[in-house]
Amino acid sequence: MTTRPSAEAALLARVEDGEGMSRIILAGRLDRDGERTLADAYAAAETVPGAAVEVDFSDVDYINSTGIALVVRLLADARRDGRPVQARGLSEHYREIFRITRLSDLMTIVDDGDAA
Amino acid sequence: MTIIQSLRRTIGLGPRADVGTESVVDVSAPSEQPDREATIEVTEVSPIEIAADDPLVAVLQSSTELVEVERLTLESPALAAMREHGIRLIVPLTAQGELIGALYLGPRLSEQDYSTDDRRLLSSLAGLASPSIRVAQLVQTQASEEAERQRMEQELQVATMIQQQFLPHSLPDLPEWQIAAYYGPARAVGGDFYDFMELPDGRIGVVVGDVTDKGVPAALVMARTHSILRAEAPRLVEPGAVLKQANELLCQEMPSNMFVTCLYGVLDTTSGFFRFANAGHNLPYVRSGGEVSEFRATGMPLGLLSGMEYEEAEGTVGPGDSLLLYSDGFVEAHDPDGEMYGFPRLRSAFSADVSGSELVDRLLDDLHAFTGSGWEQEDDLTMVTLRRSVGASRLGPDQPATPDVARELLDVSIPSVIGNERLAMDRVAEAVAPLGLEPERLERLKTAVSEAAMNAIEHGSGGQPEIPIHVRVTTTDTQVQVRIADMGLGGEIPLGRSEVPDIEAKLMGEQSPRGWGLFLIEAMVDELTTEKTEQGQAVVLGVNLDGGAS
Repeated sequence: MTTRPSAEAALLARVEDGEGMSRIILAGRLDRDGERTLADAYAAAETVPGAAVEVDFSDVDYINSTGIALVVRLLADARRDGRPVQARGLSEHYREIFRITRLSDLMTIVDDGDAA
Repeated sequence: MTIIQSLRRTIGLGPRADVGTESVVDVSAPSEQPDREATIEVTEVSPIEIAADDPLVAVLQSSTELVEVERLTLESPALAAMREHGIRLIVPLTAQGELIGALYLGPRLSEQDYSTDDRRLLSSLAGLASPSIRVAQLVQTQASEEAERQRMEQELQVATMIQQQFLPHSLPDLPEWQIAAYYGPARAVGGDFYDFMELPDGRIGVVVGDVTDKGVPAALVMARTHSILRAEAPRLVEPGAVLKQANELLCQEMPSNMFVTCLYGVLDTTSGFFRFANAGHNLPYVRSGGEVSEFRATGMPLGLLSGMEYEEAEGTVGPGDSLLLYSDGFVEAHDPDGEMYGFPRLRSAFSADVSGSELVDRLLDDLHAFTGSGWEQEDDLTMVTLRRSVGASRLGPDQPATPDVARELLDVSIPSVIGNERLAMDRVAEAVAPLGLEPERLERLKTAVSEAAMNAIEHGSGGQPEIPIHVRVTTTDTQVQVRIADMGLGGEIPLGRSEVPDIEAKLMGEQSPRGWGLFLIEAMVDELTTEKTEQGQAVVLGVNLDGGAS
């Protein structure tokens, strides 16, 4: 007899600038509806030129193939800008998906316990 | 004589309550008429209002004789108006010591002052007329109150008629479920409602709501809300989406200061799975094994603010469990000392192991014992209870599937609306929950279902809501299969011929960043086949129940 909130929220993004790194903290679901949100977040993260970009997926509870396409776009933008990308907070399932899609070859996957 | 004739023609007194706010009689004979024996001309002027706080009221109340306007030295707007209209004399009308009106008189036609006889005559007239005027006022007041009472009674009848027109005339007859409902209108008729809606896939929608305000306005808003929910629930299915759409429509039409609280849920009567969303309504209670807990979800009431999202929550009503949905008329009822019934009492009363109409009676008895026999119901009372039979089937390790015989867990049609792939995913996850799949295996199945359903919705059915996709889940001892069928509008699924996406080409912009769907499906399941169907085609996803991870 348990209840749980459903994972229906659209994508939310918050950008934090740290020393030498911009963090894009995502929450909700990453699918086609998140295109504008993620693009705006990356644009906001450009306030620190050349800095690495960390995308925090800890509060993302759903990623589908259209969401993966958005990550590909972000990686393409980051490559163009010469910015390394790392992903934080991926569940085991989405780590597997990042692995089989080879996204993890193009970005560093870090654990929550790793220093930001 | 002159004056009496004048008065006969012009007296018209307002009700007693009007004294002080509306003036009474204005009788003024024009001074330019020289012949006092000639035909009398009477000029009626607009009522001169005397405000309740006008000092003239106190003068008239305390006066025992006629009041000469020119002798008064008050800061009185009414007096100023009288002077402007040429009023010379005020004759207070009193009955049982109360000022009930006044006569205003202009100058005599002869331009002479009112004589002592005139004044005596006027005083006598006032003394004789006042009791009759008082009686007339009382009759008028009574008639007015009776008319108002009848109007309110009629309005209540209309409100009740509207209200009852939209309440269910019968309850769903479901195997293994005992359903009971109660609606008790307050005298003023609030805006409570409840409803059951048959959904396309055999599940039922359950709603309990409450419109602010009372009477006809509340009944009309209730009727509109009811209609919207009836129209949107079968189309959108997901409780959060249904409430979101209802909110958008109601925001466009809702009278100011009104809104609707509402709890809408979808019950899978086979599994007991209850998925719901809440628009500011009381949380439902569920009783399981004697313990009562809440199903929690939050959201803004309907009709207040456009653009609201409604969180969904879910829970399972197991065999022997009961669900209670109710309106605030219960918890906000008061006893003679002003104490509120409150949630703890309702929760405690609900913990009793009874069901159906017996439970309804028990809850009402408890409420009435609290409020006492003289209680005048303050608000509508509504409750809906759903109890699942103790002997209802529950899939699980204690009831293993028959070997090698596929058992159906789900067969559902889903409108081809972009985003409904998540609905398909959730429905499949609900259906296979009793099988106890390993978490990682379940996640893979969910991803595969989501991708296959998205492909079917977008391409196979062309994104046309009226052409639904069909999702069927079956299981054997060894494998769960999900079959997703569409109209085949997207052409043949290139199974086994899909290329591994070239991520470098995508990064370079040489390929679309999309195109991961089929690749993901193939990677997530243990078995993947397609079928030709009469209407189009189907993709069948197979996930092994034990081992065999891809």
